[in-house]
Amino acid sequence: MKFSKNILLAGVGGQGTILTSKIISNGFLNAGYDVKMAEIHGMAQRGGSVTTQIRVGESIHSPVIEKGTADIVVSFEKSEALRWVDYLKKDGILIINDYSIEPFTVSLGISSYPFDVVEEYKDKIKNTYVFNAFEEAEKLGNPKVMNIVLLGAIVKCLSLEDIDWKKMIAESVPEKHLNLNLKALETGYKSSVG
Amino acid sequence: MKILMTGNEAVARGAYEAGVLVASAYPGTPSTEIMENFSKYDNVYAEWAPNEKVAAEVAMGAAVRGVRSFAAMKHVGLNVAADPFMSFAYHGSNGGLVIVTADEPGMYSSQNEQDNRLYSTHAKVVCLEPSDSQECLDYMKEAFNISERFDTTVLFRLTTRTCHSKTPVQLGERIVPPTVDFKKNSEKYVMVPAHSKKRHPVIEENLLQLKNYSNTTMLNRIEYYNKKIGIICNGISYQYAKEVMGENASYLKIGMCNPLPDQMIKDFAKNVDVLYVIEENEPFMETQIKSWGINCIGKNLFPICGEFSPELLREKLLGVAPSGSYGIESTPPSRPPVLCAGCPHRGLFHELGKYRKKAFFSGDIGCYSLGYLPPFEAIDLTIDMGASISTAQGFQRANEMSDKNNTKLKPFALIGDSTFFHSGITGLVNMTYNKTPITTIILDNSITAMTGHQDNPGTGISATGSITDKVSIEKLVLACGVSPENLVIVDPYDLGSTKEAIKKGYQATEPFVIITRRECALLKPVQIERAKMKCQVDPEKCKFCKACVRTGCPALQINRETDKVFIDTVQCNGCSVCLQVCPYDAIERVGENK
Repeated sequence: MKFSKNILLAGVGGQGTILTSKIISNGFLNAGYDVKMAEIHGMAQRGGSVTTQIRVGESIHSPVIEKGTADIVVSFEKSEALRWVDYLKKDGILIINDYSIEPFTVSLGISSYPFDVVEEYKDKIKNTYVFNAFEEAEKLGNPKVMNIVLLGAIVKCLSLEDIDWKKMIAESVPEKHLNLNLKALETGYKSSVG
Repeated sequence: MKILMTGNEAVARGAYEAGVLVASAYPGTPSTEIMENFSKYDNVYAEWAPNEKVAAEVAMGAAVRGVRSFAAMKHVGLNVAADPFMSFAYHGSNGGLVIVTADEPGMYSSQNEQDNRLYSTHAKVVCLEPSDSQECLDYMKEAFNISERFDTTVLFRLTTRTCHSKTPVQLGERIVPPTVDFKKNSEKYVMVPAHSKKRHPVIEENLLQLKNYSNTTMLNRIEYYNKKIGIICNGISYQYAKEVMGENASYLKIGMCNPLPDQMIKDFAKNVDVLYVIEENEPFMETQIKSWGINCIGKNLFPICGEFSPELLREKLLGVAPSGSYGIESTPPSRPPVLCAGCPHRGLFHELGKYRKKAFFSGDIGCYSLGYLPPFEAIDLTIDMGASISTAQGFQRANEMSDKNNTKLKPFALIGDSTFFHSGITGLVNMTYNKTPITTIILDNSITAMTGHQDNPGTGISATGSITDKVSIEKLVLACGVSPENLVIVDPYDLGSTKEAIKKGYQATEPFVIITRRECALLKPVQIERAKMKCQVDPEKCKFCKACVRTGCPALQINRETDKVFIDTVQCNGCSVCLQVCPYDAIERVGENK
């Protein structure tokens, strides 16, 4: 079967989902595939939910993924996958960053946060992998590279080692942060995920 | 080599390659990145205009002079630019003129989902619709050729999904055509009734020529596969239809939707067994096709409201429901967009919210639209750009005219700096000239924030980064006729003076203006300056009364083990609004003070 993947990233504005998606998409394009990436800008920077979708294959039409067809859903914030989990195909992979950002609606008591959600993911989705990319990034010295830690986990889960991710990262981040980002990639790749 | 570009980046690139020399825009999602990208090219003139009408007129003036030009805006921006857009259709172009409209099926960041293809038939101009980034680039170049060849405006219609999807693009060379001579010709360029009467038939004749062109251009193309099903589609719907039906259907892809290729459509209809018309929002093509006596399936199957998706088409065309869910019972928390940590609007809304039961808050378009949400609930009406000041006046006049026993709410108008420049000034003139006793609050965060930080006449920086003279909002307010004693300028980080200003505004019996001035917390220089400024909760003093949490600041979080509030140091910029509302002095400022 020809190579094709549907990748869905879910998170909260400011978590770096869009940059991660750009790196992934450029990696695929560089490897000679057709690739389309959908994102919605606008109010994303204001702490709202954000999703980006990447489709790669020989010939891609729709930039958006259909329900039940994502090979992998990556939740940068642990509750955000709840909005997108039905896009995951049967036997698809769910990566959960065990990190929560409680919106003010929870602090104000007008909405509740599903604190036990990780258990439910594990219970109902066979290929659920949970790890704390935020902690890993903090250990490296900067929590902001959490997204690249997650990228490392994606590369591992989808066996995308043939693509030159280091080059893609080098093209996307300032030079002074390159080493840190490369370490983050390695950390994600060597994590327990997958 | 191909590169990935969003539709917006590709539109900018297409304009550059087409040799555009002058372009103007007002920011608005999902169109903003067109000008952001175009302004980075060399040897072009690019600007942010105060509003879409001005942007369109600048582009029209450049076209009359004989160079290629464009104006870009979101769909509702074309309403603002509708006056010149409708009239200039009679002038034709001279140098090529393209008006880019970015429509929003699904309304991710808009107040309506009007379908601007209808403007093209209304104004009698050409309308093109790309379906991916490569077409954004290619069609943009073709749009200028059409504009010049047929002496017409071209409306270039995008939708959010095309604007914001990245797809591969092959770049080309920039070719700047020779400037067309400008020849004085009042019969073509001065649209008084005598001239308009002569121009209208010219435009009608032009449309007939354009219809012939539409029937032969590559912008409209037929792809025959299985002829049992024929699909006429446009824009992103074409991509979805191909995704779902592949070679199990034939396609007529419409890239030029006004005028429609009538003969091509009639031939296609004859060659397929069942004909579908798949278009988001209005039955723009379907209505015309049916008027030619052609039977087709359209809006009786596909919705008018909202954005399409491949699974929607799969369900409607093939009767296949989306695959089953995982049956997860947890639900995600409600995560609406919020005013950022350190947002200068927070202090204002915190104080304003206290007048909720005594005042009517007429809002406007910007980050501060979020003031309608809890915990503030201090926006009661939002219509369109610039409406706040004028609608507050109408509310006040109705207050005065209504029967005596009716509750009278004091009207406040809330408008941001960019929106004030956009279309608030005329409302303010009306307020003072007609002596309407309302209070206008201009929330000056010194940037067009919501769309991602574009400069405006109040910032002193142009679209290409050059330094220019700031327009003073307070001088403008005074020039509009507000008395100096009825103008107050406050720092919204300072709750005491903000409270005092609102009280004055509430009690004012004359037209009154408050300017709340503090730069957007996300501006790079502000972030650098305040990087080490933080607030911190002393857990010993915190009684968990949540007064601070009720300011709605996302940096304030709850430690569920200790039942104390703590402050996320990554988000906090030390604005100290929480500190000022804490009744137990449990919050202190740390880091450098400036």
